[in-house]
Amino acid sequence: MKFKKEKNTKKSSKNLYYNFSFLIVVVILYIVLFFLKPDKLINSLYASWDIFVSIIPVLILVIFLMGISNYLLKPKKVLKYLGKKSGFKGWFLAALFGILSHGSIYIWYPLLKDLKEHGMRTGLVAVFLYNRAIKIPLLPIMIFYFGIYFVTILCIYMIVASIPQGKIIEIIEDKYIGRRGENV
Amino acid sequence: MVDKKVNITDKASIATSFYKAIKSFGTALPVLIGVILLIGLFKVNISSKLISSIFTGEIFRDTFFGSMIGSVLAGNPVTSYIIGGELLKEGVSLFAVTAFITTWVTVGLIQLPAEASILGKRFALMRNVLSFLLSILVAIATVLTLKVLT
Repeated sequence: MKFKKEKNTKKSSKNLYYNFSFLIVVVILYIVLFFLKPDKLINSLYASWDIFVSIIPVLILVIFLMGISNYLLKPKKVLKYLGKKSGFKGWFLAALFGILSHGSIYIWYPLLKDLKEHGMRTGLVAVFLYNRAIKIPLLPIMIFYFGIYFVTILCIYMIVASIPQGKIIEIIEDKYIGRRGENV
Repeated sequence: MVDKKVNITDKASIATSFYKAIKSFGTALPVLIGVILLIGLFKVNISSKLISSIFTGEIFRDTFFGSMIGSVLAGNPVTSYIIGGELLKEGVSLFAVTAFITTWVTVGLIQLPAEASILGKRFALMRNVLSFLLSILVAIATVLTLKVLT
């Protein structure tokens, strides 16, 4: 438990280090621009400020929805409902849990591995991962940029596309296992 | 008494959930600020001419390039929406932007080693290749449907 906590802390500080490194690189670019074209630096800052101000309300809404999603969905709940022989319900739930899941994808890899070892269909793992692309808390910002029609159509197509993806992966895996007599 | 206890636990759980959300958002904030500053830099310094030389308006070419860029880049999906939205304002086609935001979250070249080591090399490779191909189809289908409906 203590080891796991230490590992998570290490990972999050590594992420933070990476995130700040990126910001520092961008700041360096601005400093370089200051010496080369100072007038363009001011314009770039104005352009950035305009973008930032326009997305503030949506960002606040995103934080709120992330909190709600954290409260309602826990990885253990997913484990409870995604067993083997789940049939159509399994495909539906894999897609639903993928949509509702939150946090970094790394959190979910070990759980999915665990579920796979306990008989979860490989196709369902793929469906879960593909549907993670649809993030309910982030929909407001997506709608802000692309409009509600676009977002609705894209989400529907993504959910639909995840099913053949899962099926194809399952077919290939089954063929491979059949040929090699291997247990994946 | 029991109800009161449940209530306190529930309140603590809500507080923890929101704390986690703020913390997770806070971690992504430096990248978000960096991206916004970078877009500001691009908006002023990169001409529309250069962008339109990469994205020519040809459906398949644009969608393919959008998918390629989205596959290589990674991070919070919000970042992809902001970049996508700004690219759209610069005149990049919706096909390319849709493919870009779709592969940003479905294909993970950066996460591939982690995915392969935990879920298996074959699975990770198949999933990412299929996600890439499907993103192109999803982008084309989405934009064409949008054009028909609106």
